[in-house]
Amino acid sequence: MASVVRMLPTPEAHDLIDLTYELADKELAMKVDEFEGRGEFPREIIRTLGRSGLLGLPYPAEYGGAEQPYEVYLQVLEILASRWAAVAEAISVHTLACYPVAHHGTPEQRQRWLPEMLGGELLGAYCLSEPAGGSDAANLSTRAVKDRDRYFVNGTKAWITHAGVADFYNVFARTGGPGPKGISCLLAPSDTAGLHVQARERTMGLKSSPVAQVSFDDAAVPEDRLVGQEGEGFRIAMGALDSGRLGIAACAVGLAQGALDYATAYAKDRTQFGQAIIDFQAVAFMLADADTQISAARALMLHAARLRDHGHPYSIEAAKAKLFASDMAMKVTTDMVQVLGGAGYVADHPVERYFREAKVLQIVEGTNQIQRLVIGRSLAKD
Amino acid sequence: MKIVVLVKQVPDSGAERNLRPDDNTVDRSSANNVINEMDEYAIEEALRLQEAHGGEVTILTMGPERASESIRKALSMGPDGAVHVLDNALSGTDALGTSRVLAAALQRINPDVVLCGAESTDAGGQVLPHMLAERLGIAALTGARKLTVEGSQLTIERQTEEGYEVVTAATPAVVSVWDTINEPRYPSFKGIMAAKKKPVETLSLADLGVSAEQVGWTGALTGVASHSKRPPRSAGQKVADSGEGGVQLVEFLTNEKFV
Ligand SMILES: Cc1cc2nc3c(=O)[nH]c(=O)nc-3n(C[C@H](O)[C@H](O)[C@H](O)COP(=O)(O)OP(=O)(O)OC[C@H]3O[C@@H](n4cnc5c(N)ncnc54)[C@H](O)[C@@H]3O)c2cc1C
Repeated sequence: MASVVRMLPTPEAHDLIDLTYELADKELAMKVDEFEGRGEFPREIIRTLGRSGLLGLPYPAEYGGAEQPYEVYLQVLEILASRWAAVAEAISVHTLACYPVAHHGTPEQRQRWLPEMLGGELLGAYCLSEPAGGSDAANLSTRAVKDRDRYFVNGTKAWITHAGVADFYNVFARTGGPGPKGISCLLAPSDTAGLHVQARERTMGLKSSPVAQVSFDDAAVPEDRLVGQEGEGFRIAMGALDSGRLGIAACAVGLAQGALDYATAYAKDRTQFGQAIIDFQAVAFMLADADTQISAARALMLHAARLRDHGHPYSIEAAKAKLFASDMAMKVTTDMVQVLGGAGYVADHPVERYFREAKVLQIVEGTNQIQRLVIGRSLAKD
Repeated sequence: MKIVVLVKQVPDSGAERNLRPDDNTVDRSSANNVINEMDEYAIEEALRLQEAHGGEVTILTMGPERASESIRKALSMGPDGAVHVLDNALSGTDALGTSRVLAAALQRINPDVVLCGAESTDAGGQVLPHMLAERLGIAALTGARKLTVEGSQLTIERQTEEGYEVVTAATPAVVSVWDTINEPRYPSFKGIMAAKKKPVETLSLADLGVSAEQVGWTGALTGVASHSKRPPRSAGQKVADSGEGGVQLVEFLTNEKFV
């Protein structure tokens, strides 16, 4: 993937991208099969990335972040995803989980918690979805009731990435009446009494990334851990997801690029009917289409990121980038399995893994139907 | 504790490397030049000593202009500063000459511990640590797989083919390390940023009081007279099993002294 020509805004961004390639090649590429095979979360590898500064990239330097623009942060994610999507997703989810405090916390909350959240040793989780409400998140039913200086949380969150390995959980719970205005955001540490991690889901891909329900049974969260005002939770959650969707787009671009790189090398090497299969136009065109689609997705993602970096509204562009990039990744990884033929269908070659990983990107952080709905509504409004 | 780490820039051992046809020296211009791998372990060990005992870590490099990339890379891991010995007259210097120059630089810095890799991947002579210790009149603790410090007492486990030897010496001393000693850290993004601002002192031969005749081509006591490409691998020997294949395999292994 070193062949990807990147326009980066600063010399330090080049250094960061070089460092990312080094980590991707030396840490991720070597270990991905082993961890995905065992379904083991690579906590130490994430820590290594954290110590290198990759767990606080888009946040301010005064709290220990690297203060990188989104256009750079997303390219870091993309490179990581090309080697190991679950690790890129872990960083994306962690970055999402830092968003509420970083953007809506009081100065005291930021001073107190952000440095360690961004420092690389801690990992975050983001608890919005529930068993009965995924797409319809505003309808969530987990309740937080204030009693003196504490909120008592009751309910169940579903599909929580990093369940059981996270050090802190952003929990979106109902403190008021029905609908989006009744929701608040709480930052619960993992050792909160009454916070219980349920059995791990048996996922199709991203096997090294733990996902489970998290239930709250009179879990007491101190009132100073309310992020934003009561009733602001849904707005905070949606703001975080606008940024998070860009992270998912980056994972999609990266894993599609990884699949294309592998399939291209294979197609040059594999011969049939006395010639390399890449010399059959049918195969070369599949690769050419993939290459083109990946470039288009990357350009769309970076466009949305640059809007964000320059303070423009970017939420619709982020929805488009997430939608286009994840649909693209599904199509590209399907085709890259095809390029390998039978070899593409077995775990000896990574295109089989990329294919399974691509699917989830069409579902998380707002299904692609929901992205279309968001984009469609914006058109209807104009 | 004042620690100096010797860092050499070498052609990447993972890629194809060549000697130049005209003067039999390593071709560094076409190669991807990196920090000698073993030196990264020496840097890591120095940083661990600093974390445990305080003090200062300085990188010392002798090399051409482009070695400054490797110096910055080394500094991004955490050391405080660097000294770069840079002089056109150094081209062609052999190990003895290198040890003369580095010894002169070390005398200026006057460290308690000099850490270095046990060998470099380009020359592989393993002689420099000994030569340096001899020139400086201090102990050489070489080939360490473990280093401990108590006060001014250094103890290493010297790795041998059979196991290890425990060797001790008082500071100042030269300690060379193998890649079994630790796991070097990656640079951090902040470390990379900070490295750009760290002091790198450039010294010439004149600064060190070494005359140009003592180094370079003129001063070299050893040289490479000629070289040729490694012969291509010969085809293996095939054993067709017609009942006594096992015997033939054992014979092969004994002949090659594998068993
Ligand atoms: C591996 C994995 C990790 C996850 N990690 C997290 C996490 O860390 N935190 C978290 O909070 N959540 C997480 N999720 C949950 C994820 O965000 C939800 O699965 C997603 O939002 C969809 O919700 P749902 O599963 O309830 O599906 P549903 O909402 O039940 O959707 C089912 C189908 O109906 C469609 N649909 C629903 N409503 C509409 C509509 N209005 N118009 C058109 N179509 C519609 C959907 O597009 C979908 O095709 C994760 C999910 C997975 C699989």
